Amino acid sequence: MGELLAIYRLAVRDIRHRSAQAILLLLAIAAGAATLTLGLSLQGTASNPYARTRAVTNGPDVVATLFSDGSNAPGPNAGSTPGAGGGSAGGGQPDTAALSPLEHASGVVAYSGPFPVTWTVFQTGHTTGSVEVEGRSTAASSVDQPKLLQGSWVRPGGVVVEAGFANAFNLHVGDRLDLGGVTFPIVGTAVTAAIPTYPDTCSKGEGCILVNAASSYNPGLVWATEANAQQVVQATSGPLAYYLNLKLSAPADAAAFAGRYNANASSTDPSLVSWQRIRDGDAQVVLKVQLILFTGSWLLALLAVASVVVLVGGRMAEQTRRVGLLKAVGGTPRFVAVVLLAEHALVGLGAACVGLVVGWLAAPVIDSPGAGLLSSSSAPTLSAATVALVVVLALGVAIVATFVPAIRAASQSTVAALEDSARPPRRSEAVIRFSTKLPPALLLGARLVGRRPRRLLLSAFSVAVATCGLVAMLILYATTAGWSLGPRVTQATTIISVMLVVLATVNATFISWTTALETRCPAALARALGATPEQVTIGLTVANLTPALVGALLGIPGGVVVYDLAKHGGSTMLPSAVTLLVMVTAMLVVLGVLIAIPTRIGSRRSVADVLQ
Amino acid sequence: MTDTDGPWALRARGLRKEYGSGEGLVRAVDDVSLDIARGEMLAVTGPSGCGKSTLLHLLGGLDRPSGGELWLAGERIDRYSERALAHLRRKQVGFVFQAFHLMDELTAQENVELPALLAGRSPREAQQRARQLLQQVGLADRAGHLPTMLSGGQRQRVAIARALVNETQLVLADEPTGNLDSAASSDVLRLFQAVRGIGLTVVIVTHDERVAAITDRRVAMRDGAFVGDTRSGGSTRGNLADYTGIGG
Repeated sequence: MGELLAIYRLAVRDIRHRSAQAILLLLAIAAGAATLTLGLSLQGTASNPYARTRAVTNGPDVVATLFSDGSNAPGPNAGSTPGAGGGSAGGGQPDTAALSPLEHASGVVAYSGPFPVTWTVFQTGHTTGSVEVEGRSTAASSVDQPKLLQGSWVRPGGVVVEAGFANAFNLHVGDRLDLGGVTFPIVGTAVTAAIPTYPDTCSKGEGCILVNAASSYNPGLVWATEANAQQVVQATSGPLAYYLNLKLSAPADAAAFAGRYNANASSTDPSLVSWQRIRDGDAQVVLKVQLILFTGSWLLALLAVASVVVLVGGRMAEQTRRVGLLKAVGGTPRFVAVVLLAEHALVGLGAACVGLVVGWLAAPVIDSPGAGLLSSSSAPTLSAATVALVVVLALGVAIVATFVPAIRAASQSTVAALEDSARPPRRSEAVIRFSTKLPPALLLGARLVGRRPRRLLLSAFSVAVATCGLVAMLILYATTAGWSLGPRVTQATTIISVMLVVLATVNATFISWTTALETRCPAALARALGATPEQVTIGLTVANLTPALVGALLGIPGGVVVYDLAKHGGSTMLPSAVTLLVMVTAMLVVLGVLIAIPTRIGSRRSVADVLQ
Repeated sequence: MTDTDGPWALRARGLRKEYGSGEGLVRAVDDVSLDIARGEMLAVTGPSGCGKSTLLHLLGGLDRPSGGELWLAGERIDRYSERALAHLRRKQVGFVFQAFHLMDELTAQENVELPALLAGRSPREAQQRARQLLQQVGLADRAGHLPTMLSGGQRQRVAIARALVNETQLVLADEPTGNLDSAASSDVLRLFQAVRGIGLTVVIVTHDERVAAITDRRVAMRDGAFVGDTRSGGSTRGNLADYTGIGG
């Protein structure tokens, strides 16, 4: 009982006593825990919002699309890749009679349409882009009646905007929208299950179509009255197609129904898309986010391990005298090891809690289906398995990183620990040979920093991992330039980027702090022999920045490899050399400042005080 | 193995501590034999680097000898494992260091409680004992203070209270007044006299002539070996319980 109290008291008091270090350690582990929580909470969330929306809107089981003449039909076969269904405006009127057999086909129990559809350019304020305009009846349809989220349903002269599209462009009821030169007020926003939500409208199923010079990527969806849709077609001489929404007696067989029909269809026949395929299109955003989080989690986990190793190493360097003291008053090596492990396990536990809370709070932002689908009204729940996994991971990282240094510290000689003598440096012939050619400040820095080669490797490694992640994000943006990634993908990339930068910063701070701490005696001795504080600061900063520069340079090709491994097909567009140069320079400047601060503070202490 | 010859608190025979090897071999403690009686107060003096502190570390089980035999309270301890030495330090030895060596994150009261908790005392018992000792060293009103809020003399008094908390029979002090001014040194010396007054065995490593003067016996060291052993005739046996309350 008494020993337990002593362990608890020593662990908690030391955390409080050196709270800044404990917070940094907590941040490092919490970043990984939060990402893991997010990643786990995404599992299985892709289909639920679609199912809810489909139920509420009585969504179609199959959507048939009929294009003009079928000559440039950008249906599912032609246009499943953005932009691939390139077609030009024009073409003759489609013959809606081709859709009639489907209305009465075996297995079809209800239908709505056919509804005219056209593609054109929209403009609102200074924003332009492509848009799909679907003509609808002012009366409610039995199949696929979009669920209004705001305002009212279409009326002559008034259009309804798909909610995901409205959200992305900040469109509201009452705003005016120019559709191919014809301006309409927005009277409502709504969701549908008949087409993938923005920005993946053309990712699956419906395809895309080039409209004049406007980009066809990710058109938004607007509902207008059938007359207004025809008005847009006439004003723009745009393409015209028809949608027919079918309800089947066996919705689960929709994919087979569509497959059988498409297999025997000619180019002038309508093409059919099942609800399952539309659902998969809706899942694209979540899948992208999952991919980003998954890749980011790996990078963050690598960085977190490096962080924890650096942080624990730094803390242990400060604990030497404490270890000696505990042993002097009767603490066994086991007791000392347990105190050190308990302290870091407590931080790990705190980090797990912080990670779970942050992940839980961020989950609605990342996990939500976006404005284009109906989300659950209840807050996301954390399953017991998720909580257990995150806690085990956080505790595991803390304990694994602490175990070896704790055992090493506990088995240290009591007398040596009490004297808190500096660990003998590792001498590298190469460093000695190289540094003799340097000016005094750099020679000093190289020799001091070169005492701990493993720490230099960790420094280079953490900067390389952070650079890898940032370069992969830059490639993602460079490759997808010209079409929107959607707000949630942007959020996911931002979260991962910020976490990578935060962890890399934590690492840099701790590495420089630990180096400053461990080299305080030799640095003070150098000053006693005539080196100025500036020489010591510059020397240590430059010497610490060198591995960071190597890490940053290695991280650039590393980022390309990470992106290539993570992407699902498609090309890779590298960011410009200027962008990379700016990123690396900015990173090194920040690191340089972070390294210089503790070194400078350390060099302000009086030489006598340090050497005493 | 036990040593039951005489009332010895500590007995060393041919004690050695060596560092390095070959031509670089350094004998920090060289063939030292020593008997310290129960209740005796001994000063170890000598120039810097003569091996005084190393000897003290060996006597208290903080370090293991390279050779020789060492008995503490009748038990041979020179072959003890690290774990056994830790248990020994809990029950048998109290240390007082020149640099105080208090835990910065614990209050004065908690610093004193720590060895008691490690020795298996209940929290309540440890608390009562620590409170009592702090009162006896005149720091009852500083019990809740962190070491950084105490003066050097006060810190050393906390360290002395910590050394006594487990009612050990042996107190080892390494330059206990080395970091203190004259007034604080006098306070600490009076405390050591009080400790001796209650019958504990005290070994003090010191440069300070005033410290050596209050002891029963003085051994001088040079180059790791004893070069002198004189008794002062017990003239300093005094009762300072009126100052500290210890032994009163």
